[in-house]
Amino acid sequence: MREILINLAYLVAAVLFILGIKGMTHPRTAVRGNRLGAIGMLIAVVAALLDRNVVSYEWVIAGVVLGAGLGALMATRVQMTDMPQMVALLNGFGGIASTVVAGAALIEALITGPVVPPQFTIAVAASGLIGAVTFWGSLVAFGKLQGLVRDIRLGGAQLLNAGLLAITTALAIWLVIDPAALWAYWALVVSASLLGLSLVFPIGGADMPVVISLLNSYSGLAAAATGFVLNNNALIITGSLVGASGVILTNIMCKAMNRSLTNVLFGIWVPSEEAASSDDVYAGKVKAAHADELAMLMEGARRVVIVPGYGMAVSQAQHAVRDLVMLLEERGVEVEFAIHPVAGRMPGHMNVLLAEADIPYEQMKEMDEINPSFEQTDVAIVIGANDVVNPLARTNPSSPIAGMPILNVDKARSVIVIKRSLSPGFAGIPNPLFAADNTLMLFADAKKGALDLMNALKAG
Amino acid sequence: MELLVVSLTVFVLAIFIGFEIITKVPPTLHTPLMSGSNAISGITLVGAVISAGAQVSFLTTILGFLAVVFATINVVGGFMVTERMLAMFRRKD
Repeated sequence: MREILINLAYLVAAVLFILGIKGMTHPRTAVRGNRLGAIGMLIAVVAALLDRNVVSYEWVIAGVVLGAGLGALMATRVQMTDMPQMVALLNGFGGIASTVVAGAALIEALITGPVVPPQFTIAVAASGLIGAVTFWGSLVAFGKLQGLVRDIRLGGAQLLNAGLLAITTALAIWLVIDPAALWAYWALVVSASLLGLSLVFPIGGADMPVVISLLNSYSGLAAAATGFVLNNNALIITGSLVGASGVILTNIMCKAMNRSLTNVLFGIWVPSEEAASSDDVYAGKVKAAHADELAMLMEGARRVVIVPGYGMAVSQAQHAVRDLVMLLEERGVEVEFAIHPVAGRMPGHMNVLLAEADIPYEQMKEMDEINPSFEQTDVAIVIGANDVVNPLARTNPSSPIAGMPILNVDKARSVIVIKRSLSPGFAGIPNPLFAADNTLMLFADAKKGALDLMNALKAG
Repeated sequence: MELLVVSLTVFVLAIFIGFEIITKVPPTLHTPLMSGSNAISGITLVGAVISAGAQVSFLTTILGFLAVVFATINVVGGFMVTERMLAMFRRKD
């Protein structure tokens, strides 16, 4: 009877998770959705505490108190600009928890049960593998986003990955044949950890949205695998939901860069044959402007579109940008934001920053929605973005970013680009937009540039 | 073996539900979706609680304790940070 009630509680939790994610389909219902998820988790944990195997509570309570304290501290301290790091770290913790639970379950099974069935050890091995890859991969992603780790391009990285995967698989097979070989499990975890490191180390900054989405998916799959270990449907349902979510986001990110997942993961760039040097593109054509001139340009504008990029996050410019937008709106200018799916370092990164600065979400437009309107736009202001507004993606089929969907900023009547220098973006190619006839450059850090524009507009 | 088939059924159906709902989430909410779904992937906490409380051996208790700590950080940190972000999204007034 007790077992039935506990399982029903897990079912209720799973339903609440589904309803919770469903709430995320609109900003109005999202807060309630998140709370439904939290209630579901509470129900699941209470059900776990009532499990008849649970005989003592000291360690559980100690762990929950410690974990909740650390989690709450992280969640309240983190800056919105650092959200990608935070999500990467949390992904990693979920992954390692699954690996450790699977290890503990294996030890328990060896102590208590006479026979360990193969489906159990297969699930244990899967949980150990995915969890360890998630943990170490996420730590590297965290280190990169935090600026602690540089990109390391190893020669023969693919060979190394293939080797590590082969070793991990061999250890998994060993474990299935001989479940008593506990060492094989921990050796598997070590080799999967190395695999996680070598997979993420070579991946560059602008590809982080893909990596984080993928690790998000892995953390879900690790939980689902642990669900198979424990025969627990709550874990299986939840894990597969999160797994699906991560896969969808990964797919959206890859499409937004017009690259395949293998291309991102293994860094296979198509070498460009006729890469124009930046001198050819820029020489004598780039027009640097002063904030005063740009203010005059904006004074005559009726519609302005702002295109934020990672540079806005780096210089924490969202509040300065908001002030500029409010000033423009006071003067009757229509202002919208154009957000490229891979702007920033994780899916939706720019939206969160703008929301933090009190920009209403209706004002943030997706690429497909806003692209047709650039022709009717008087001024487009690009703030710290580069590759996502590079017209070469449309015009030059041999460019490394050929075919990547971009924001058609160059179609606006005038373009203002706030950027510190002419240095190339992640793709490493010059951007003809900066040398276009209708483009004026404001060489400044995003925050200072936005402030200068606002002050010039006020003064003018 | 029967149990495994039931579990697999649940797994596959849940993936379909996931695909159906999540494709409807707008790009504006992709970051909260990640942190929120991340929080619920801390459901491993259930397994961790059982390991830490079952007292089968000292080693499994310690492993369970560690897993409880990691999973709780994941759960509490994930839900709280999602709440913080979602509170910022507002309509035009």
